[in-house]
Amino acid sequence: MPEAPLPALVVATAPMLEAIEVSHSFDVSRPLLQRLLAREGRASLRAVDAVSFSIPRGTTLSLVGESGCGKSTVARLVVGLYTPSAGEIRFEGKPLSAARAQPDLRRRMNMIFQDPYASLNPRWRVHDIIAEPIRTFGIVRSAVEMRDRVGALLSQVGLAPADGDKYPHEFSGGQRQRISIARALSSEPEFLVCDEPTSALDVSVQAQILNLMRDLQTRLGLTYLFISHNLAVVRHMSDRLGVMYLGRIVELGPADEIFHAPRHPYTRLLLDAIPDLENPGRSRTPVGGEVPSPIAPPPGCPFHPRCPLANARCRVENPARTRAGDVVVACHAVEEGRTGP
Amino acid sequence: MALLTVQNLTVEFPTRRGTLRALDRVSFGIDTGEILGVVGESGAGKSLTGAAIIGLLEPPGRIAGGEIRLDGQRIDNLPPEPLRRIRGRSIGTIFQDPLTTLNPLLTIGRQLTETMQTHMRLSDAEARKKAIGWLEEVGIPAAARRIDAYPHEFSGGMRQRVVVALALCAEPRLVIADEPTTALDVSVQAQIITLLKRLTRDHGTAVMLVTHDMGVIGETADRVAVMYAGRIAEIGPVLNVIKHPAHPYTEGLMGSIPPIEHRVETLRQIDGAMPRLNAIPPGCAFNPRCPKAFDRCFVERPELLDAGATSAACWLHADRIVASHAGASHA
Repeated sequence: MPEAPLPALVVATAPMLEAIEVSHSFDVSRPLLQRLLAREGRASLRAVDAVSFSIPRGTTLSLVGESGCGKSTVARLVVGLYTPSAGEIRFEGKPLSAARAQPDLRRRMNMIFQDPYASLNPRWRVHDIIAEPIRTFGIVRSAVEMRDRVGALLSQVGLAPADGDKYPHEFSGGQRQRISIARALSSEPEFLVCDEPTSALDVSVQAQILNLMRDLQTRLGLTYLFISHNLAVVRHMSDRLGVMYLGRIVELGPADEIFHAPRHPYTRLLLDAIPDLENPGRSRTPVGGEVPSPIAPPPGCPFHPRCPLANARCRVENPARTRAGDVVVACHAVEEGRTGP
Repeated sequence: MALLTVQNLTVEFPTRRGTLRALDRVSFGIDTGEILGVVGESGAGKSLTGAAIIGLLEPPGRIAGGEIRLDGQRIDNLPPEPLRRIRGRSIGTIFQDPLTTLNPLLTIGRQLTETMQTHMRLSDAEARKKAIGWLEEVGIPAAARRIDAYPHEFSGGMRQRVVVALALCAEPRLVIADEPTTALDVSVQAQIITLLKRLTRDHGTAVMLVTHDMGVIGETADRVAVMYAGRIAEIGPVLNVIKHPAHPYTEGLMGSIPPIEHRVETLRQIDGAMPRLNAIPPGCAFNPRCPKAFDRCFVERPELLDAGATSAACWLHADRIVASHAGASHA
């Protein structure tokens, strides 16, 4: 039998998800007539540029970066909402495009969105919102079974089974995000993409949701791709961490190591820029400048205009990824062991 | 005497289903040159407090009680015209979104000179010179050239710098900054906070900094007021409130912030959510979520009580006030 199932041991060690040199460009050209009049060509925005990472089963990889760095685009590529312009994403070793075509594989990944006010249909009862994926994948047939199942999902996220009869507007932001999580879990996925799941929530509610997500991960053995701009949240959630800047991953490795010994100058500046509650009153070191437009990224290393270590080479040559211990860094200065320009 | 004193400020919204009390007897003061942070979750009333002070409450919201004094003068009951003169001249404002604060149809130079000339006697040339000075002060490169640019020609961080210049250009005594860095990325946020701190210190401006971000408060404010359900739960020096909170809500709030230095297994969480305005429980508003609530909390509302370095609206500190009063009478 050529399609024999792989031994359990092999499956357990293979990464749940792998991205290999994935790029994605958006067409940002002006309308045809305007282009002709101005005699200009098509313009494209490279939102994600040759990004590679892998997520072992049962762990969390976080992608962190400022607005426009491409982290949400990666999230959408991974669940198949966008198709990569180049490169390949593999889900359990299978190309994502093939995996998406198979309902039993598609069922195993789901997404939690940022804004629980926008991601739940206001005209649907909570029961129907959560039941939709179950129905789509035909996991449960009878209405009675469905009711039990939705009730169990609601209890799992800390709501009451009776809440299924209510509409989304009857819930607070935190409770709505619990509903989103219940919906994401309803098809029994093993892999969840969480795109800023708590950034619309207040800090005390954020703590509830983060605790719930960690708890569900332990209980159900979930694998997360976690997208956030909040470094403290990322610190709390991640096993591994990727720092993104202008569509590229500039540093990737174990979260503990990156937080304790950041190597890339951008990671260092980012960590220095967070207010520190342990030492209130301490002034931050502000990073100079802002993220440049991804439509016209600077040549060479995209970070060089803001980098304190940038030299002539950084301005012309895009740094390749180099491995330093468990961490992969894309920086000429780190590679050369330089501490100044 | 404090520059700004707010005494028992109460704001109500009459609705068809009864009157909602959005601010309930809020009292605090800000000294000249002092930065008071106001922190709380959405709906706690922090932005509303700022809006009430500058007289920009959205109708049907209205001040139903209490008073606001700036430099000893009552400003909560002023007619629109004198209030308009105070707004801008004595009180500057910085809002969250620089795009909606700035007029997209006017150059930033025009917006700056117009603001200054409304409140100060300045010729066009003088105003322009001053405007360039302000742009330089807030760190806009090539200010003399950029003054004739429109808001859309600036990046988000640069735009917020222009807003800071606009708030400070009439040299107000007090600036109300409502979530000034929430729309910005963390690296730009640090730039704006540093700028705001430096400028207000140099000009001796008092600041009311409204934000939900405890980190921003921690590095910026001298004192902090923690709001919950339209009331002040705790107020005191920022270090004491962060390190040794006296109110169980402040304690829960601090515990729910993920630490950056190390990784914890579970975050401390406050179960439940803040009550809606039409369902604020009797007694202490925090009693349904409070792990330390006892009989008195459910019947009687605590006023701000002396809790050592800070003041907290919590009956746990009731004994202390008795003790301190006893001490005072013996002395």
